Amino acid sequence: MNRQILMGLGAIALIAVPFIGVPPYWLHIMIVILIWSFAYTGWSVMGRFGLVSLGHGAFMGIGAYGTALLWNHAGMSPWLGIPIAMALAGLFALLVGYPCFKYRIVGHYFALVTLALSEIVRQVIVATRDHTGGSLGYTPEPHGGEGYSIVALQFPEKTHFYLIALGVWMVGLIIWRAVDRSMSRYALEAISEDEDASASVGVEVTKEKLKITVLSAVMTAFAGAMYCQYQMFVSPDTVSGIGISLQIVFAVVAGGIYTRFGPTVGAIITIVLAEVLRINIAELEGLFGFKPAGLDNTIYGIMLVLFIIFLPKGVLGSIQGRLFGRSA
Amino acid sequence: METFFDNLFSVFFIETLLNGLLYGGVLALLSLGLNLIFGVIDVVWICYAELVMLGMYAVYFAHNVYGLPMLPACAVAILAVALLGYILHRVVIAHVLGKAPINQLLATGGVLFFLQSIATLIFGVEFLSVGVSLGSFQITEDIYVSKSQLVAFIIAAVTVLGMYLFLSRSYMGAAIRAISQDREIMILMGVDANRLYGITSAIGGGLAGLAACLLALQFDVHPFVGISFGPLVFMICVMGGLGNLVGGFIAAFVFAQLIATGSYFADLEWGAVLAFCVFVIAMFIRPEGLFARKS
Repeated sequence: MNRQILMGLGAIALIAVPFIGVPPYWLHIMIVILIWSFAYTGWSVMGRFGLVSLGHGAFMGIGAYGTALLWNHAGMSPWLGIPIAMALAGLFALLVGYPCFKYRIVGHYFALVTLALSEIVRQVIVATRDHTGGSLGYTPEPHGGEGYSIVALQFPEKTHFYLIALGVWMVGLIIWRAVDRSMSRYALEAISEDEDASASVGVEVTKEKLKITVLSAVMTAFAGAMYCQYQMFVSPDTVSGIGISLQIVFAVVAGGIYTRFGPTVGAIITIVLAEVLRINIAELEGLFGFKPAGLDNTIYGIMLVLFIIFLPKGVLGSIQGRLFGRSA
Repeated sequence: METFFDNLFSVFFIETLLNGLLYGGVLALLSLGLNLIFGVIDVVWICYAELVMLGMYAVYFAHNVYGLPMLPACAVAILAVALLGYILHRVVIAHVLGKAPINQLLATGGVLFFLQSIATLIFGVEFLSVGVSLGSFQITEDIYVSKSQLVAFIIAAVTVLGMYLFLSRSYMGAAIRAISQDREIMILMGVDANRLYGITSAIGGGLAGLAACLLALQFDVHPFVGISFGPLVFMICVMGGLGNLVGGFIAAFVFAQLIATGSYFADLEWGAVLAFCVFVIAMFIRPEGLFARKS
C-alpha cells in the first residue's frame, strides 16, 4: 500500500513541476530525460532477457525520420505518421528478427547483426540526402501560428511537451510492468538460460523472442518520433548509427537493466553527467584561455568503463541489491 | 539498360574492380588483429578502430612533427599501438573476462568513447595528412593503380601468411591456439592464461598499428576516422567466422568488392548499405560465419 501512495505522490509532484516556476532550462533537461528514459525502457524490455541489440539506433531513426518525412513530403499529420513509422519499425524488426531467431543467432553474433542494421539505416539516411538532408540533418516544417499546432504535434511551449513526455514515460513504465508480470517473461527467462531445454518443454522460442523484439522496436521508434517532434531537428548521428545504439545500451546498464526504474536512472545519470561536464568545461575555457573540447566525453568514457567494471548491475540494481538483499 | 551495360564494360569499371581488390587488402589487414583477439580471448574490441586511429596519429607525429623517416615512424606507431593493446587488456579487459558478453562489449565501447574524445582533446578535430604519396603507376592507357594501395595489399597478404605460420609453427602460436580451444583445461595444464592473453593483445595491437601505417598513406587522420571503417571490420570478422584468419581474409575481399561495385553504380553509402545487407543475409545462411569450420 505504502508503495502505491508513494508512487501516486511522486506522479503528482512530477505533474506539478512545470507549474511551480521551474526554469525553462531545467524543464528542457527533464523533457530530454523523459524521452530518453522511454527509449531506454523500450530497449530494456528485450535487453533484460539477454537479447542484446546494438541496432536500436535503426528503430529510433525509422521513427524520427519516418514521421518527419511523412509530414514534410506527404503532408501527413504526425497523428497518422507516428503510427505508420512505428509500424514500419515493427515490420523491420520482424523482417530481421524472424531469420535471426529462426537460425539461432545469439550472443556476440546477434549484437553484431543488429549493429549492422543500425549502420544500414544510418547510411540509407545519408545516401538519400536529396530527401533527408543527409548528414546535415532534417527539420520538420513548422505549421500553424507561432509554431503551435495540434495537427502537427508541434508545441513551442515547454510545459505542453513536458506533460506529454511525462505521460509517455509513465506508459513506458506500465508496459515494462506488464511484461514483467506476463507469462512471456517466464518463457523468455527460460530461453535466455537454455534455448533447447525451454523449447523441449513447449516454449515457442521464435515467437516469444519476436513478440518482445517487435514491442521493443515499436517503443524505440515512438521515442525517436517524440525526440524529432520536440527538438524539431534530427540528424543521422543523433537518432541512428552505432553511437546512439551504444548510448542506449550504456545508459540502461549504468542504471540497472533488471529493474523498472533502471533505464530512467540511467537516463538521469548519463544526461545530467553530460550536461554538468559540458557546462563546467565551458567555464574552464575562461581559466585556460582555450576550450578543452572533448574533455567532457573523455571523463564520460572513463566513467562508463568504471561503471561496467565495478557496478555491473547498474546503480539502481546495486542499491536495491544492498537494501533488500535480493539479487536484482 | 544500355547505359548499364556500357557501365559494366567500361575501363572505369575494371579500374573499380581493381581498386576493390586493393582496398580488400587494407580491410584484410585491419580485420586480422581484431580476428586474432576475437578468436583467442573471445572478447570483441569495439574500440579496435580507435586503436588504428591512434596509430595513424602516431605515424603523423613521428613523421611530420618529429621528423623521423617514414619507416622508423611506422615502427614507432606499431610499437605504440602494441603497447596500447597490452595496456587495454591489463586495465580493462582483464577485469571483465569472466563477465557477461554484454559487459565486455560495453567496457570496450566505453574505451571507444574515451579514445575518441581524448584524441579530440589532444589533437583537435583538424584533418591531418601525413603527406607521403607513393604515386601511382599506369597499367594500360586508362587504368591507374595507386602504389600505396598496392603496397597495402602486398603487406596484408604477407602479414596474413606470417600470422598463419606463426600460429601453426611456433611454440607460442601453438599455445595461443590451444588456449583459444579450451580456456579451462589449459590453465589446469599450467599455462599462464593471462600472460598469453597479454601477448595476444599486444600482437593484435601491433597489427592495428601496421594497418594504421598503411591507412595513413591513403587517408587523412582525425579523431572520428575509426567510425568510418570500424563497423565494416567487425562485419568482416564475423562473416569470415570469428577467429578464422583465412575466412576473414576472404571476407575482406568480398566486402571490398561489394563496396567498390556499389559505389560505382550509385553512391559510396549505397555500397556500404549493400555490403551490410549481404552481411545480414549471409549471417542467416551461416550463423557461425561463412567460412567457419564445423565444430
